[in-house]
Amino acid sequence: MSAAGWEPHEALIRELTAELRPVRRLWSPPWRTAVWAAVLVVAAGGLACVSDLHAIWLRLTGASDMWLAVVGSVVTALTAGLAAFELSLPDRSRAWALLPLPGLALWLGASGMGCLRTTLIPAARMPTMGEESHCLMFIVGVSVPLSLLLLAMLWRARPLRPGPVAAMGGLAAAAAAASLLSFIHPYDVAASDLVFHTVAVGIVILIVRALGGRALGAPTSSGSGRMRRRG
Amino acid sequence: MSQCGVAVDWGAAPGQAGAGGACCASTELAKGGFGLAMTATSAGTAGEDSDRRRGALMAAAQAGDRGAYEALLRDCLPLIRSAARGQGVAADRLEDVVQDVLLTLHRVRHTFDPSRSFNAWLRAISQRRAIDVQRRQSRQRLREVHDPGAYEDHPDPAASPDHGLDRVTQAQRMREALAALPPGQRQAVEMLALQDQSLAEAAAATGRSKVALKVNLHRAVKALRARLAPGDES
Repeated sequence: MSAAGWEPHEALIRELTAELRPVRRLWSPPWRTAVWAAVLVVAAGGLACVSDLHAIWLRLTGASDMWLAVVGSVVTALTAGLAAFELSLPDRSRAWALLPLPGLALWLGASGMGCLRTTLIPAARMPTMGEESHCLMFIVGVSVPLSLLLLAMLWRARPLRPGPVAAMGGLAAAAAAASLLSFIHPYDVAASDLVFHTVAVGIVILIVRALGGRALGAPTSSGSGRMRRRG
Repeated sequence: MSQCGVAVDWGAAPGQAGAGGACCASTELAKGGFGLAMTATSAGTAGEDSDRRRGALMAAAQAGDRGAYEALLRDCLPLIRSAARGQGVAADRLEDVVQDVLLTLHRVRHTFDPSRSFNAWLRAISQRRAIDVQRRQSRQRLREVHDPGAYEDHPDPAASPDHGLDRVTQAQRMREALAALPPGQRQAVEMLALQDQSLAEAAAATGRSKVALKVNLHRAVKALRARLAPGDES
């Protein structure tokens, strides 16, 4: 390595070296996903305390699409969380963004089957517009603290591609909120229900992508204007 | 000559992990890596050695070893340039990318996992920053128009007979405004803005903390701005 090769950045290297402090390594993505899962378990436990678990059990086991949809949303919440943590690191493949797709397909597919079933059953109970908007508000409302928590966990990684990372975090939070909705969702999924849920998830992803992406996007050279001039 | 960077026991002598020792070790290791590439040993082995060596230096830097960090940053420069060139960055923008990558590396150094490849980690950062620089350049091209005649057609404001007088008056006003600042603020402006010293250098010279210097500079600029605002001829 020629000496001339690094001369233009000598001052910057000296300055960065002088600023060096020991750092705590980031936990691996599986460990951070485990923390995320633990938070969801705590939230589910809290909701279980105020829900009629017997009625939920009967409803979910009444038709396979019911519990498959819940499994799909839970898997989506966990895999999207893992994908967000992986994508937040510089050297991880973008293919991690595909990880939540199977869970998402299961979630939407099972919900779609539920819609079909309720359409075919005569005199099936259809949710009112008030109940639909309640679901939407629940998903968006519960997604807010979950998204903030995920963004706080992701922020420490200072992701180089903040937009996709934030979007993946938004999907994880929205899927988690939809999973928690099962505790207070007293009817089968209807077509309008599926549309409202999808819209709610879409709203959460867009908001987190827009706001979270900006928050996670560390500037290229924060606080180093003087260093840049020297370089 | 040692060929295995990982064999350097960075953690065993924290007190001796100064710039000198680590730099020498790094230089020797860098030479070792280069030598390997020139021998019959496969290029892949040399690459793995340099990867392990850099990984070990980064692990030591994460623990706060400044010597290892300085050696690592210097050792990384060819790799960063190579990655940037691979992304199609023009030669005149190459050093911009290097600078951005060094700053990014510093900020995200806690995300490096020593069990993984350091070169792959650095290459990913370099490629990302190269893309950012290219995008910035494209945006600049869209906003700016190439007009070689514009400079010659532009009227020279200094040609005005009043211009010299104005400059003298402005300089005088600036001197007065600086003189009117409290000593701490004046010192901050002189050292950080006029003499272009770093915060660390100014802090060492004055015995003040970096935060105090920043606050003083901020207040001084605010005061100067208020005093030199157009219409305020006092």
